[in-house]
Amino acid sequence: MTHAPYDRAPGDTSPSGRPQEAETYPLLVYTTGLFLALLLTATSFWVANTSLLWPPGVPLGLAVLAIAQMGVHLVFFLHITTGADNTNNVLALAFGVLIVALVIAGSVWIMDNLNANMVMPMNELMNLHMQH
Amino acid sequence: MNIVVAIDDARHDAHPHAAEAGPAPKRIVVAYGFWIFLLSDIVMFATLFATYAVLVRSTAGGPTGAQLFNQGTVAIETACLLASSYTCGLMALAIGSRRSAGTYFGALITFALGAAFLALELREFANMIAIGATPQRSAFLSAFFALVGCHGLHVGAGLIWLVVMMAQVAAKGFAATVERRLLCFSLFWHALDIIWVGLFTVVYLMGVSP
Repeated sequence: MTHAPYDRAPGDTSPSGRPQEAETYPLLVYTTGLFLALLLTATSFWVANTSLLWPPGVPLGLAVLAIAQMGVHLVFFLHITTGADNTNNVLALAFGVLIVALVIAGSVWIMDNLNANMVMPMNELMNLHMQH
Repeated sequence: MNIVVAIDDARHDAHPHAAEAGPAPKRIVVAYGFWIFLLSDIVMFATLFATYAVLVRSTAGGPTGAQLFNQGTVAIETACLLASSYTCGLMALAIGSRRSAGTYFGALITFALGAAFLALELREFANMIAIGATPQRSAFLSAFFALVGCHGLHVGAGLIWLVVMMAQVAAKGFAATVERRLLCFSLFWHALDIIWVGLFTVVYLMGVSP
């Protein structure tokens, strides 16, 4: 196992305390990220506008593409990797993702239920009016 | 980068295990702290996203997203921000190898693309307000302006920060403090691009798809 003396700072292209290794061609990393991100963005815009796909599946497809592009940004631009020197950064990120998922999914779920319970069918409303 | 790496190597010849290495260098502590801040910023954006998702259908008889949004503008905005993220990465590489000309050039392109993004966004806001789609019109528009406006505000703050950092590079050169701040700036700028990915997908693409 190759371990760095210290953890790696988020955004650092190479581990501190070690010379640039063969695997790190930083320019190539950024350029790869740019092209992957462009590809995913273009696909997103195409998916949103095409009529070739099954419409109810489009939002899910867009969500998958967005999450994939966020992953590309994290790996190629912010250099968050699975390396041993990156554990702290990944754990902090995992906590952030957990909170984000709870906030968004929880809000949407609760408010959907609330909306469903608030809406009163029109004829029931009419009946209420008739009774009073 | 290479110079720092060489010094670090000389100092820590026998790589001790992380647990025995003593306190981490300030560069790593600072960047980690800033990473935590960015994640909390993303959590704040998550609340705005949740608000928007809840209120997106509450148009109160006013204009809907499909009537207001122009995908052409959004595509150009997206391209600007993505390209500026890339040039910000190139700037980080120039800083690493102590090339001041490359640093200034990278910063200039990053600033120009960020400013173009902001100008397009402000023009879009102005057009919407001109046709009566103000934040007061409906809950949907309140949520829209809060979410997209907050991201725009972050981009504006980032542009000011970039100018300040270039002044610091000019005045102090690549001092350790300046280099740490530049590392934080590039983290901030990349994080803004990540938020924009979620934003253009949820607001502009899902909003206009049938």
